[in-house]
Amino acid sequence: MALTALDIYKKLPQTNCGKCGFPTCLAFAMQLANKKASIDDCPDVSDEAKELLESSAAPPIRLVKVGTGDNEIEMGDEVVLFRHEKTFYHPVAFALMVDDDSPDIESKVQPVEEMRFERVGQELKLDMIAIRSKSDDPAKFSSAVFTVKEKTSAPLMLISQNPAVIEEALKVCGSDRPIIHAATKDNYEKMAELAKSSDCPLAVLGDAGLEELAELSKKVKEAGVEDIVLDIGMKPLGKMLQELTLIRRFAIKKLFRPLGYPIIMFTQGEGLSEGLEVALGTMKYASIVVMKETDRSFVYPLLTLRQNIYTDPQKPIQVQPGIYDLNGPDETSPVMITTNFSLTYFTVAGDIETSRVPSYLLVADAEGLSVMTAFAADKFTADTCAELIESCGIDEKVNHKKIIIPGQVARMSGKLNENSGWEVLVGPRDSSGLPKYLREYSGQ
Amino acid sequence: MPLELPKEKWTGKIGEVVIGALESEGGTRTSKVVLGGATSLPFLSFEGEYPNEPPIGMEIFDVVREDYPEVARKPFEDVIDDPGKWAKKCVEEHGADMICIRLIGTNPEEENRSVEDAEQTIRELKEAVGVPLLVYGSGDEEKDAKVLEMASNVLAGERCLLGLAEEDAYKSISVASMANDHGIVAFSNLDINLAKQMNILLTDFGVKLENIIMDPLQAGLGYGLEYSYSVIERIRLAAFMGDKILQVPILCGTARVWNAREAFKEDASLGEAGSRAILWEATTALSALMAGADALLMRHPDAVACVRESIKGLTGGGEQ
Repeated sequence: MALTALDIYKKLPQTNCGKCGFPTCLAFAMQLANKKASIDDCPDVSDEAKELLESSAAPPIRLVKVGTGDNEIEMGDEVVLFRHEKTFYHPVAFALMVDDDSPDIESKVQPVEEMRFERVGQELKLDMIAIRSKSDDPAKFSSAVFTVKEKTSAPLMLISQNPAVIEEALKVCGSDRPIIHAATKDNYEKMAELAKSSDCPLAVLGDAGLEELAELSKKVKEAGVEDIVLDIGMKPLGKMLQELTLIRRFAIKKLFRPLGYPIIMFTQGEGLSEGLEVALGTMKYASIVVMKETDRSFVYPLLTLRQNIYTDPQKPIQVQPGIYDLNGPDETSPVMITTNFSLTYFTVAGDIETSRVPSYLLVADAEGLSVMTAFAADKFTADTCAELIESCGIDEKVNHKKIIIPGQVARMSGKLNENSGWEVLVGPRDSSGLPKYLREYSGQ
Repeated sequence: MPLELPKEKWTGKIGEVVIGALESEGGTRTSKVVLGGATSLPFLSFEGEYPNEPPIGMEIFDVVREDYPEVARKPFEDVIDDPGKWAKKCVEEHGADMICIRLIGTNPEEENRSVEDAEQTIRELKEAVGVPLLVYGSGDEEKDAKVLEMASNVLAGERCLLGLAEEDAYKSISVASMANDHGIVAFSNLDINLAKQMNILLTDFGVKLENIIMDPLQAGLGYGLEYSYSVIERIRLAAFMGDKILQVPILCGTARVWNAREAFKEDASLGEAGSRAILWEATTALSALMAGADALLMRHPDAVACVRESIKGLTGGGEQ
């Protein structure tokens, strides 16, 4: 909730002195509300009013950075509760949890360094490593941190409520901006000091409700720590959802600063249950989810969900509509048509390449939807396909008038033939059938 | 100082629709489900009512296509050619709250099964299970008119859901649903205005709003899920803000997961196909719930089980 011109006016001297360059204080207030003037232009404003105006200009959720260099992760700075209201800006970071007493710590953290997926032109991966001190032994913990640091460049989180353990580990990785986890009501003074002196973000853990959490984050801030992350602790799933939602609302709707920070969440279950906890955090407002499982079949669907939820609603991931040449086509080559959802394009193009049959692939503007979704939503129809065939210039590239459509949309064949004058051939239902289909086609 | 919680005071309430009729109500069902009734966003019981745990129905077919994914086929290998047994297994072993049969075999472009054959299937299904039933046609308008009329009559008194009513094909299915007081599933494709328009078309035609369930198209994970997520959220928010015509329960299915090869194809670089597909379906289902779905239709028993567990965890949210 930004301040209105009237709110601002009430805080100004109301002298209409004109020193700011505007004739009246109200005119100045209106410019301030529209962010077209600076409060510094008023020489008589009180310190209290200045502070209020400056803080109301800060984002509702603080932007917190973890790690350094290429691996730096930004979190927070979200402005809406629902993605359709604008977009969600900073994708939730997925962190892998390892214990300092684990005998095979090196191999455990390997997936963070090595597991990479390519999906619709984006690289997907796990982002962070959270090292938990189970031993409560400063030497053991810092040696584990050292091992992990040697193995990977991913940002770290140091988990211990014992300041002595954290202090020792910061000697190993303090300059890498790890998150310190966590300050509690018992240790926050010492933890805040460590965070401040090492310039690292500090997680505050308050599992006794949002009031305690807000109190704690206030105290930590007063102690001089700016970069704070909130942890509501282990809760039943329903409670978790409710508190995550409330924190987001406190920050965005009430500009309540003590809860205006990114949120961290730890999974509690295993297997599929853990997967759905990660999914919940991804959809509902976590900025970091710390998980245990690293199987590819587990990580990949969740990375896909994150990619979906954090896609800008105004800009779906899509490829340019038009003609794509595959395997060096000539005037006798087959012509296929599909939609501009990038995943659809990559799948179909991949299967055509596998076939090694020289081909043209027409990509229709279906607003970035897949074939079946676009067909169901009337974005990939006989009309739009006919229009593309006519406008893209494919008739100058081939000496035939045959178009192959996806088998799933066989229903449009009659109408497409009518609208375009092209002979319509129904291709396989799934693009994986294309290699066989195309080899038979070119053999004809 | 105690914090004042930022609660939303919604004015709208989602209507409740009951599916299934017990013997005492003139049917033969042994259980029924209630969809809707919410006055809060999903699972946020601190600011309103979320009275009915979303039921999970399981989907079966009269005829299974040859290319039906192995992962989805496997748990039902022994019964997949017999819809009655398939349904029974879904209910008895996997706790399905409803059964939805898709009569794709009646499509003239596919097996073109006769209305009489479909009738036999429906009769067997009705005997096999006691949970509420949903009957979907094959998407062929002419054939569906006959098939759904038959289903309406054979299941008279059972209080089923018939589907799918679409913008350009809703009259005969509406007649079939009204004839025996069944509910109807109104399909719209990723478009809040069309979702609303469907409800207007149906009510103008004589269907009561309390007999309508909306299916706004749940895309699969990775294949437009974000569109569904936002459309469903927008529908639900509009309903809470007072749009009466959208105060109707939402039903979402995960069927499209089983069209997306990425979810279940053999590819070691994406991990084992079976567990990937199951999490793929479960994640799709959870996203529908978080956006506002009041009921689910799913396929794989393991995905059903873990989504049910999540629902239990979410409804046990407690007081704030």
